[in-house]
Amino acid sequence: MSIAEQSEPAENILQVNNIEVIYNHVILVLKGVSLHVPKGGIVAILGANGAGKTTTLKAISNLLNAERGEVTKGDIQFEGDEVQNLSPNELVRRGCIQVMEGRHCFGHLTIEENLLTGAFTRKDGAAAIKRDMEMVYNYFPRLRERRSSLAGYTSGGEQQMCAVGRALMSKPKMILLDEPSMGLAPQLVQEIFEIVKKLNKKEGVSFLLAEQNTNIALKYADYGYVLESGRVVMDGVASELRENEDIKEFYLGAGGGAEGEDRKSFRNVKHYKRRKRWLA
Amino acid sequence: MDLLYNIFVDPFVQMAGTPDFFLQVLWEGFVTGTLYSLIALGFVLIFKASGVFNFAQGIMVVFAALSLVGFHALGVPAYLALFLALAVMAALAWTVERVILRKLVNQPEIILFMATIGLSYFLIGLGEFIFGGEPKSMITEELGLPTGSTVIDVAGGIVILQHIDIAAALIAAILVLGLAIFFSKTRIGRALRAVADDHQAALSVGISLNQIWAIVWFAAGIVALATGIMWGARSDVSFALQIVALKALPVLILGGFTSVPGAIIGGLIIGFGEKLFEVYWGSLLGGGVEGWFAYVLALIFLLFRPQGLFGEKIIERV
Repeated sequence: MSIAEQSEPAENILQVNNIEVIYNHVILVLKGVSLHVPKGGIVAILGANGAGKTTTLKAISNLLNAERGEVTKGDIQFEGDEVQNLSPNELVRRGCIQVMEGRHCFGHLTIEENLLTGAFTRKDGAAAIKRDMEMVYNYFPRLRERRSSLAGYTSGGEQQMCAVGRALMSKPKMILLDEPSMGLAPQLVQEIFEIVKKLNKKEGVSFLLAEQNTNIALKYADYGYVLESGRVVMDGVASELRENEDIKEFYLGAGGGAEGEDRKSFRNVKHYKRRKRWLA
Repeated sequence: MDLLYNIFVDPFVQMAGTPDFFLQVLWEGFVTGTLYSLIALGFVLIFKASGVFNFAQGIMVVFAALSLVGFHALGVPAYLALFLALAVMAALAWTVERVILRKLVNQPEIILFMATIGLSYFLIGLGEFIFGGEPKSMITEELGLPTGSTVIDVAGGIVILQHIDIAAALIAAILVLGLAIFFSKTRIGRALRAVADDHQAALSVGISLNQIWAIVWFAAGIVALATGIMWGARSDVSFALQIVALKALPVLILGGFTSVPGAIIGGLIIGFGEKLFEVYWGSLLGGGVEGWFAYVLALIFLLFRPQGLFGEKIIERV
C-alpha cells in the first residue's frame, strides 16, 4: 500500500522497524514504530505534543543516549546497515544528521563559525568546505549578511536557517528535521519549507521531518505517518492524507463539520480519534 | 581616629614615601598573580568544555611537575623528560576520559565533581607511591630557565627582578596567547567552544564529546605542567602545592568560571591584592592576611556579582 512496501528495500535510505524506546529504564515512549524513507524522498511524521515524534528522530540520530533513553526493541537501518548502536558522530560521518527542535545554534559563535562546526566530521579539505559554505549562503542569502554576528543575537528565522545550513555543511544524504516551523511567522515557515524542497530536488537530500503544522508538512512531503502515544496510527501518501477526513478534523481543524449532517457518531470514531478528543 | 588614619591614610603615605619598595611589592604581586592565573586557566578549560569543576587540577600540577623531576632523576635529559611529562599528562587525559567521564556522561554535575575529588586522592596516592612524599627541587637550570636576578634603579631606590619570575610571566603570556589562538582559529577549538555552548547540539552535528574532553584535559595538563615548573622553581615540588592551587577557586569566582581573560585578570587582581594588603594593611590585623585575603574577596564578589567580572554573557534576544 505504502510507497515503501511497493519498492525494494534497497531503495529506502532509512528503515525503522518496530522500535521501542524507553527513557530512564522505566518510561516507555515508543511502542513499536515502523517507517521508511525512500531515497530522495520527503517524509513527514505528524502528531500532537508528546506523540513521540522527537523521540523517533532522536532514536534514529542516536541522540537518545545523551538523554538516558534507549532503543530496546526493533532495529534501524540507514542505507541497509544497522545503525542503532552507532554514535551520532559516526552517523553524521555516514550522512545522517539531525536538526534539533528549537534550533540549538551555538549562541556564542558567529553564524559562520556555526556553519563551520557542521563540517567537523569532514575530511575532504578546506577548499571543499569553502565551496559548500558558498552553497549554503546561496540557499540562505540572509546568513551571508549575518555571517559575522553571534548566532545568539540573530532572529528565530535566521537561527533556523543557520541550523539547517549547519547540517548541510556535513554533506548529508539525509536530514532529520525536527519541528522547523516552531515559533516562526507563517511566511518564514513557508520560506524554510521551500528551501527544504529545493535541497531535496537539487542536492538530492532525503528528509524525515517531524511537524505539528500538518497543513504545511503535508503540502511539501511525499508521504506521512501519524503518530499517537508512541504508535503509528495512520500512514499514507501526503496528498491522500490531506484529503483524509480524520486528519482534517483533528490536525487541520476543518472538515467533519460540527454543523454538518455527515458528522460521524462518536461510537464510530476510531480509537486514535477518540483519544484525541479527550485530550483536546 | 587613629584607626581610620591607619586604614585610609598611613598605607598611602608609606607607598608614596618609599616608591621603590612599593614597586617591588607590585612586582611580587604580579608574579604570584600570573601563577594564580595559570592554575585558574586549567580549571576554566575543563569547566568550559564539560561543566565540571575539576578538583584534581591542583594535584595535576604536582603530578606533572613530579613526573618531570622523576624522569630527570632517572637520568633522562631535561628536554626529553619534559616531553615524557607531557606524554604522561596526555595519558592521564585519555584515561580520565575513558574511565571516568565516559561512564558518567549525563550524570548530574555534582557527581562529576565528586569523581574529580576521588581522582585527586587517587593521584595523590599514586604520586606518593611512585615518587615518594618528600619535596624535590625543580630542575630549573637543566631546563634552561634563567636563575639570576636583575637590579633596576628606579624612584630613588632599587627593585629586584628574579629572572625566573620574568620567564614565568612570559611563558604564561605565551601559553594564554597560544590557547586563545587555538580556541578561535582551529577546527578543534571551534568544536570546543561549540561543546561549551550546547552539548546536545554539538553531538547532533557530529562532534565527538569524548574526543573533545580528552583534548581539553590534555590542554589542562599542559597548563598544569607549566604551572608546576614555574611554581616548583620558586619553592620546590611537593604535595603542598595543591593547596596553593585551591587559590584558583577565588580567582575563578572573581573572573568567572567560563572566561579565559577572566581567569587571567582575576589571578592578577588576587596576586596584587593579597601582596599589597599583606604589606600595607596586614599589620593592623596581626599579619598573615595573605592566606585568607583571596577568599574574603571572593565572598564579597559572590554577594554582589556572582557571575564574576567576565562570566559568560547570558545572551538574550529582545
